Amino acid sequence: MGQKTKILSVAAFLLALAYIVPHSSSFVVLLATRAVVFAILAMSVDILLGFTGLASLGQAAYFSVGAYLTAILATKYHVGLGWDFWLVVLLGMLIGAATAAFFGLFAVRASGVYFLMITLALGQCVWGLAYRWNSLTGGDNGINVTSRPSFGLDLTNERTFFFLVFAFFTVTLLMLYILVRSPFGRSLEGIRERELRMQILGYNTWLHKYIAFIIAGAFAGLSGVLWAHTNGLVSPDTAVLTTSVDALLMVVLGGAGTLVGGAIGSAIVFGLREYLSTLVPWWQYVLGGVYVLTILYLPMGLMGIPARIRQVRALSDTTENRAAPDKLAPKPS
Amino acid sequence: MNAQFWLIQTFNGISYGALLFLVGSGLSLIFGVMRIVNLSHGAYFLWGGYIALSVIWTTGSWALSLPLAALAVAVIGLLMERVFLRPLGFDPLRQVLLTVGFAYLFQQGALDIWGGDNMEINPPAALTHSVVIGGIYLPLYRMFMIAMALLIGITIWLAMEKTRMGAAVRATVDDAQMARGVGIDTNRISMLVFALGAFLAALGGVIGGAFLGIYPGLDFEILPLAFAVVIIGGMGSLGGAAIGAMLVGLADNFGKALFPELSYFTLYAPMVLILAIKPTGLFGRE
Repeated sequence: MGQKTKILSVAAFLLALAYIVPHSSSFVVLLATRAVVFAILAMSVDILLGFTGLASLGQAAYFSVGAYLTAILATKYHVGLGWDFWLVVLLGMLIGAATAAFFGLFAVRASGVYFLMITLALGQCVWGLAYRWNSLTGGDNGINVTSRPSFGLDLTNERTFFFLVFAFFTVTLLMLYILVRSPFGRSLEGIRERELRMQILGYNTWLHKYIAFIIAGAFAGLSGVLWAHTNGLVSPDTAVLTTSVDALLMVVLGGAGTLVGGAIGSAIVFGLREYLSTLVPWWQYVLGGVYVLTILYLPMGLMGIPARIRQVRALSDTTENRAAPDKLAPKPS
Repeated sequence: MNAQFWLIQTFNGISYGALLFLVGSGLSLIFGVMRIVNLSHGAYFLWGGYIALSVIWTTGSWALSLPLAALAVAVIGLLMERVFLRPLGFDPLRQVLLTVGFAYLFQQGALDIWGGDNMEINPPAALTHSVVIGGIYLPLYRMFMIAMALLIGITIWLAMEKTRMGAAVRATVDDAQMARGVGIDTNRISMLVFALGAFLAALGGVIGGAFLGIYPGLDFEILPLAFAVVIIGGMGSLGGAAIGAMLVGLADNFGKALFPELSYFTLYAPMVLILAIKPTGLFGRE
C-alpha cells in the first residue's frame, strides 16, 4: 500500500466512525469517547516508543497533570466552563509539556531499561502527590468535575461531546503525522535505529529526544484535559502506574511506530474492558491473553499483521526457509 | 516529637524495610542476572499471601503456609520463565510487556479464586504480643519480620559468596557473555534465580499479609516500592537491596509521619535523583 492509499483509508475509516458512533446507543458513544481520549494518550506514547525507541512507563504523569489542572480550574476557580475552555486546553498542553520538560532533564539521558525505570519513578512522584496532597487534589477521593463547558455547543449531550473529542483526536493525529514525516521525525527514527550513528552524523540526539519527550507530554496533557470532562472524576487513578502501563500496551497491541496503532489498541482495550466486562466475568483473561499473544507472536502489533503475512508467504515461496521471521521484523527497542 | 517518637518510627521503618527487602532482593537478583524488569513481581507477592491463606484455611497451620506458599509461587515463576520469557530471547521491551500481561492475568486469577474482599493473615498468637523495652511497646511480629529478613539475607549472602553456584550467579551478573564463555550454564542460573526471586516475593506476601492485609490491587501497590528498593540499592546487588530497603522503609515511615501530604513524593523523588545521577543505583555494578 502506498502512502496515499494509507492516508485515504485512515480518512475513510475516521469518517465512517464519525458517522456510525453518534448513531449508536449512548453506551457505545460513551465507550468510544473514552477510547478516543486514550487514543490521544496512546499516540503520545507512540511518539516516544514507536518513533524514538523510548519505552515510557510514566506517561500517566502528564495525562494526570492535564486532568487535575482542568478539574482544579473548573471546581475552584470556575475557569474553563465557557469559551475559556480553549484556554484550558492550551494550559493543559502547556502544563503537560512543562512537566515533561522538567522530568525530561532527568529521564532523557537514560536509555533502555533505565529510561523505563526512571519514567516509572517520575510517574510515581506525580501519583504520590495526587494521592496525598489532599488540600489540592482531594486525595484518594479525587475531584468531581460536575459540569462540562458550554460555548454555543451543548457538551452535556454525549454525542456533541463525542464530536468535540473526536475532532481533537483527528487534529492530533494529523499534527503528529506531519511531525513524524518531517525531517525532525525522520531523525527521531534514526535515533531509534541507531543512536550512535546519528551522533556521529552530528545530530544532537539528546536534544531531539528531549523535544520528542516534551511534545509527547503536551499531547498527554491534552488527553488529560479531555479525560477530566469525559470521566467527570479526576482521582489518583489517572496517575497510577497501571494507566501508564495501559497506554504503553495499547501502542504495542496496535503496532508501535504507526500512530493509528495506538488508537486501534485503545479501541480494543476499552472494548474488551468495558463492553466485554458487561457480558462475561472473565474478560480480563481475554485482555491479558491478547497482550501476551500479541507480544509473543506479533511483535509489530495488529498493524503488523499484513507485513507478517507477506513475510510468511515470502518465506514459503523461497526454498531457504531458514531465516526466522522474527529476525526480519525491525525491533522496536 | 520526642525521642520516643523517633525510636518508634525508626523501628517501624526498619521492620517495614525488612519486608521490602524480601520483595526487592528477588527483583534485584532477577534484574541483575537476566536484565528483566519483572512487572509480575507484585503479583507474586499477592499470590504468596493468597496461597498462604488457602493453606491456613485447609491445614490451620501458619508455619506451614510460609514455605508452601513461597514454593508454589516459585514454581509459577519457574514455569513463566521457562515457557514464556526464555523463548523471547533478549528483548527488554517485549519481556517487560510480557510480564505486565501476566500481571493482569494473575490479578484476574486471584480475583476469581479468592474474591475481592480485604483479607488478613493471622499469625500465631505468640507473635501478636508486644514486648516493652525501655518504656516502648515493640510488637513481636515486627521483630519477627526483621529476624526473617536477616535470616534470608544472610543465607542468600552466604550462598552467593561461599558456594560455587553463587560464584556462577555473580559472574553472570557481571558479564553474562563471559560467564557463558567459561562454561557457566547461564540458562540454568537464570531459571534458578527467577524461581528464587518469585520465592522471596511470595514469602514477603505471606509475612506482609499479616501487616498490610491481602486485597486486590496490592500487587501494583507493592511493585513501585520494590522498584524503589532496587533502584536505590542498585540492580543485582544484594547488599544494595538491603540498604535500599532500609532507606525506603524509613523514608516511607518518616514521610508519612512528618509530611503526610508529600509522603510518597519524598519516597520517589530521591529515587529519580539517584537514577538520574547514577543509573545503576548506589551499589550497582556497571
